[in-house]
Amino acid sequence: MKQRATESTVIEFRDVAYTLPNHQRLLSGLNLQVKRGETLVLLGRSGSGKTTTLKLINRLLIPSAGDVLVNGSSTSKTDVIQLRRSIGYVIQEVGLFPHFTVEKNIGLVPRIEGWPADRIRGRVEELLQMVGLESKLGSRYPHELSGGQRQRVGVARALAADPAILLMDEPFGALDALTRDQLQREFLALQQRLNKTVVFVTHDLREALRLGSRIALMETGRLITVLPPEDFLRSTDPLASAYAQAFAEASVPAANRGTS
Amino acid sequence: MNLFHFILQNHEQVLELTLEHLWLVGVSTLLAVLIGIPLGIVSARWPAWNRPVLGAANIIQTIPSLALFGFLLPVPWLGDRADRLAILALTLYALLPVIRNTYTGIRGVDPAVVEAGRGMGLTDSQLLLQVELPLSLSVILSGVRVAVVVSVGLATIAAAIGAGGLGEFIFRGLAMVNNQLILAGAIPAAILALSADFSLGLIERRLRPR
Repeated sequence: MKQRATESTVIEFRDVAYTLPNHQRLLSGLNLQVKRGETLVLLGRSGSGKTTTLKLINRLLIPSAGDVLVNGSSTSKTDVIQLRRSIGYVIQEVGLFPHFTVEKNIGLVPRIEGWPADRIRGRVEELLQMVGLESKLGSRYPHELSGGQRQRVGVARALAADPAILLMDEPFGALDALTRDQLQREFLALQQRLNKTVVFVTHDLREALRLGSRIALMETGRLITVLPPEDFLRSTDPLASAYAQAFAEASVPAANRGTS
Repeated sequence: MNLFHFILQNHEQVLELTLEHLWLVGVSTLLAVLIGIPLGIVSARWPAWNRPVLGAANIIQTIPSLALFGFLLPVPWLGDRADRLAILALTLYALLPVIRNTYTGIRGVDPAVVEAGRGMGLTDSQLLLQVELPLSLSVILSGVRVAVVVSVGLATIAAAIGAGGLGEFIFRGLAMVNNQLILAGAIPAAILALSADFSLGLIERRLRPR
């Protein structure tokens, strides 16, 4: 299933494995390319290796074998701080700095990159608007926000220095269904405007189908298949069709189910 | 003559001994903070350092204070002046709470916050100075608070080696079987400990992250 890397490839995994110090293998033989401007969804259950895959991109984890390339150069040969600052990172727990206001949270990377204060202020303002937050929220502290607002701030913070790549680890996983639906919708609108290269981790097929340009299905540390969403439900791959079946059953209202 | 009269009549000496006491506690606490916080940071960052550092501080804590003063007496430069010696001993005792709370405070920072910080490209020192230390400040300060309160009590023993402080009254009172004299040392020491505890507690609450 090896593809050829083309000039539109932004992130590339070459025979990547990741093993814990206790020899437990979390990821093996991963070959995968992410293309410019696409949203690649890593789909799988917990323990399938999707978060590990994500963290190998910004080098929060270091591959035990193989090579991860970002923009054509190996992440092992790139300055890790510069690499991370050029990649937005959003996690489920958000991880906002509780002692910083919303403004300061969003403006942190620009600040340590040495932007002038008024440029930071303008950028924060722009980002708050972009993620649908009122600018008066800028002076609040994270604990004064709702879960959905917090995750919006998380996204704004990741976008602050305008990275070309965005890594999102179940960003909407902890939100209630309505807020999640709304944020997914806004994500699609935002992505249409910004055209980032996004790698998005989720265990939710509905979310994967809705947001993904392609879906990479993972299981026990291996990549099973990569499919566009329109092919996913028709796939003959046993794991993909198991997902599709569970999805179909969950979508049928209880009243219509057989009484067997 | 009751205690109140005694203190009034000897207020100059009470004040002098109180200031000596504060000097012993203040300098030793400052040293313990200057040494203990970096050691706490090191043991939080590099787990290999955790055992030796906390272990050593723990062992020091188990040495009886009178014995520690005695052990240090023959050390050349230190033994020359009793207050140097007392300050060193008090510093050693104050290290454990400072190191332990620095370690606990940094380790207790929400892992998601640390991960987000790393993922955003903060360097180790940026992460430490902008995130980890500010968020563990209240825990560190509560360690300092424990150190101060313990030091105020321990510093009374420093009088046994002639380092001064409110212990002078206590030891003199013990020798003369004079309860008033003992209380003239013990009560100001207790007031010192309580007010240090209270004021540091106030600061600690203000620093506590939401």
